[in-house]
Amino acid sequence: MNTDTLSLNLGPQHPSTHGVLRVVLELDGETVIDARPDIGFLHRGIEKLAEHRTYHQIIVLTDRLDYLAALSNNLAYVLTVEKLMDLEVPRRARYVRAALAELQRIASHLFWLGTHAHDLGAMTPLFYALREREALMDIFENLSGSRLTPSFLRVGGLAADIDERFVESVRNFTDTFQGRVDEYETLLTQNPIWRSRTKGVGVLDAGQCIRLGISGPMLRSAGVPLDLRKTQPYSCYDEFHFEIPTGKAGDVYDRYLVRIREMRESARIARQAVDGLPEGPWTAAGSPPVFPAKEDLKHNITAVIRHFGLVMEGMKPPPGEVYHAVESPRGELGFYLVSDGGPYPVRLKVRPPSFVNLQGLVKMVRGRLLADVVAVIGAVDIVLAEVDR
Amino acid sequence: MSKALLKGLALTLKTFFRPPVTLEYPDEKRPVPDRFRGRPALVARADGAPRCVACGLCEKICPSLCITVVAETGPEGTRSLARYRLDLNRCSFCGLCVEACPVEAIVMSGEYELASGSREPLVLDEGRLLAAPDRPGEERP
Repeated sequence: MNTDTLSLNLGPQHPSTHGVLRVVLELDGETVIDARPDIGFLHRGIEKLAEHRTYHQIIVLTDRLDYLAALSNNLAYVLTVEKLMDLEVPRRARYVRAALAELQRIASHLFWLGTHAHDLGAMTPLFYALREREALMDIFENLSGSRLTPSFLRVGGLAADIDERFVESVRNFTDTFQGRVDEYETLLTQNPIWRSRTKGVGVLDAGQCIRLGISGPMLRSAGVPLDLRKTQPYSCYDEFHFEIPTGKAGDVYDRYLVRIREMRESARIARQAVDGLPEGPWTAAGSPPVFPAKEDLKHNITAVIRHFGLVMEGMKPPPGEVYHAVESPRGELGFYLVSDGGPYPVRLKVRPPSFVNLQGLVKMVRGRLLADVVAVIGAVDIVLAEVDR
Repeated sequence: MSKALLKGLALTLKTFFRPPVTLEYPDEKRPVPDRFRGRPALVARADGAPRCVACGLCEKICPSLCITVVAETGPEGTRSLARYRLDLNRCSFCGLCVEACPVEAIVMSGEYELASGSREPLVLDEGRLLAAPDRPGEERP
């Protein structure tokens, strides 16, 4: 035992570790000699649970992975099942999905911004960011009935059509949002305290990011313009105009700038999606995994039989394995599904961006000060429910 | 003091004179949206009995396994509900039961203040599930 160094537990009950992350730090004075992340406190066995749930029920489980971006999880999962079943989704549903995924990205980044700035001593951005996030939560709540766990997407489309207030409230939000982002930037971007806490801290260059498999804003802050919305467009993303913000330095400050600019771009995409929202069905009605309309159940015996079959036996995708990934607020969120043709998946594997991005932590904090660890963890933007699953 | 810091302070000062956005819960409450997924509730027929036909689809689809439906043979020889139990301790308020119900006998109510000092009051039987407070503007059949 080396008596010159001090072992310190950061977490699992520490506000700056954003959930139940425990990092065992080896300190020499205030300098971090080594760090050992200890994860698993929030493990609920979601992948195992999914093996005993129908494809329909798993949608509810995906909400509970990354709870700050539940709709992105819903989207990644339903796209995977749709790929497995080779199912065409109506354009209206794809536009609504894109709008929701972008609003969810803004909501997630707002929460990240508020808590991250709070960790580094700036309290005001938290209040401002949550003010705007609240408007988004209201949109989700009006649409799906739930703020944090919407479970709104379905295999084949949506759970319901948009509510009558949706388009207007998204327009109201996007009209004022760019000005709100200006406010956050007024508080932070040029702020000398903020800059000295974040510039040059937690640097990972492009090569290191790629070798670790890091994706999302962390990778883009190192100058790699990789974004699945551009490289493998899904949900009509190829029809929207938007930029992929990138940074240069790959430090905490550039991650901040990338996410700030991403929020602006996301607002643009959401606006384009609601402005160009096509009329038409919101679900692939009539296709095998889609429930018949409630109205049909009253007088159509075939619909009743199909409805009972879908609930009792579940949808049965053809045997095979499939992987599909989307650009979640944190990076590449992928689902890998193995089907044997039965009602339950044989295996569901989640590729969680938080988990992979967290692997850079030790590299980023070694040799830095203890206070930088807090900045670095914040800038990774982890959600422990997704890391531990 | 740097110019950037002064700009930030000017912004917070300006915000200080904007109207507050917070709501004084629980004195003030937000209206509950139409689609709100509060605690599940059974819908009553005109004679006051549950509309439920005890088909068991909600029990089958519930991902949290919180619903138990017991059926019996009714007076006219038809399948009818003997007992309905919903364990709110397990419920995830996902609304799949509502989606599965073929006769629209279960709805998500607007009730969300469900805190309790013990677990027993959160296990609801058909009687308690029927007595859901109505959401403003919602018609109960």
